[in-house]
Amino acid sequence: MSNSTVQVAEAPPGVEGAGFFATSLDSLVGLARANSLWPLPFATSCCGIEFMATMGAHYDLGRFGAERLSFSPRQADLLMVMGTIAKKMAPVVQQVYEQMAEPRWVIAVGACASSGGVFDTYSVLQGIDKVVPVDVYVPGCPPRPEQIIDGFMKIQELVGNEPLRRRYSQEYKDMLESYGIKIDK
Amino acid sequence: MENTELLQALKSKFEQNILSVDENADVLTIVIASESIKEITAYLKDEQNYIFLTDICGVHFPEQEKELGVVYHLHNLVENKRIRLKAFVTKANPKIDSVVSLFSAANWMERETFDFYGIDFVGHPNLIRILNVEYMDYFPMRKEYPLEDATRTDKDDSFFGR
Repeated sequence: MSNSTVQVAEAPPGVEGAGFFATSLDSLVGLARANSLWPLPFATSCCGIEFMATMGAHYDLGRFGAERLSFSPRQADLLMVMGTIAKKMAPVVQQVYEQMAEPRWVIAVGACASSGGVFDTYSVLQGIDKVVPVDVYVPGCPPRPEQIIDGFMKIQELVGNEPLRRRYSQEYKDMLESYGIKIDK
Repeated sequence: MENTELLQALKSKFEQNILSVDENADVLTIVIASESIKEITAYLKDEQNYIFLTDICGVHFPEQEKELGVVYHLHNLVENKRIRLKAFVTKANPKIDSVVSLFSAANWMERETFDFYGIDFVGHPNLIRILNVEYMDYFPMRKEYPLEDATRTDKDDSFFGR
């Protein structure tokens, strides 16, 4: 396919010679992870509708290696929370997060998931970062698919540059502990 | 039976328990003494065909001496007539008899009213919160509590005139 417009992910910086290419394991693993994220859509309201458009043919999140949505947290890398989370739902979000295997990332899509949005009231969780750590926040009410894709690319950036040791560090464990999330020993 | 006849019948039976009467859009609205709620609903159900409990809801009027109200909507399915009963209780002692023994539908309605207004339905089989989180430690629809959530962190009050 000589006239293909498909863009191939760029190789990480390294040393290249005849028949070999040397780079750090971190950047290689990061490259693989960033371009094969399996998102778990946790959609509760209108942001979920925008996400459906994002997954559709026109915006096609599959271009970013996220073709395969995982509806089981066990096989998911990226939790995408889209929509208002009621306080009664908060333990469910946290449980879904706990069921995901490391490494895992979280994106809060829309005002409600990020901060509670217009629902500043007794029954609504004021942002999912009250119960799980969030990597990227996407503003908007609801955000357009372009914004969701932009948030997704920010996640890819984080994933691609994450040191392999991060998830074993004491800081990371302390951070999870501060959310009351169980840690596998 | 016309509303006036029904009112006569009610007055002859429960004269001292009827505090005030109003009629709005053909619906008779009667404020009754809270102690008599079970008697009156039983009478309406058994003798006047008001066999359907449409709704129970709470209401809070902070300026009244008896601040908390419970409103019962009953429906006569035979004649397609409705009646509204209101009973008020004090905040210090928000007790009223449960009508679950008359209407099974009252079970969840009374739990909801308890959940939001803290009204204690005496005789209810399982009076616990139904909609709000179990650990909630106040009754959110009472007017002394702010509408906004106390855990909100991204709002700067100075931008909202507070």
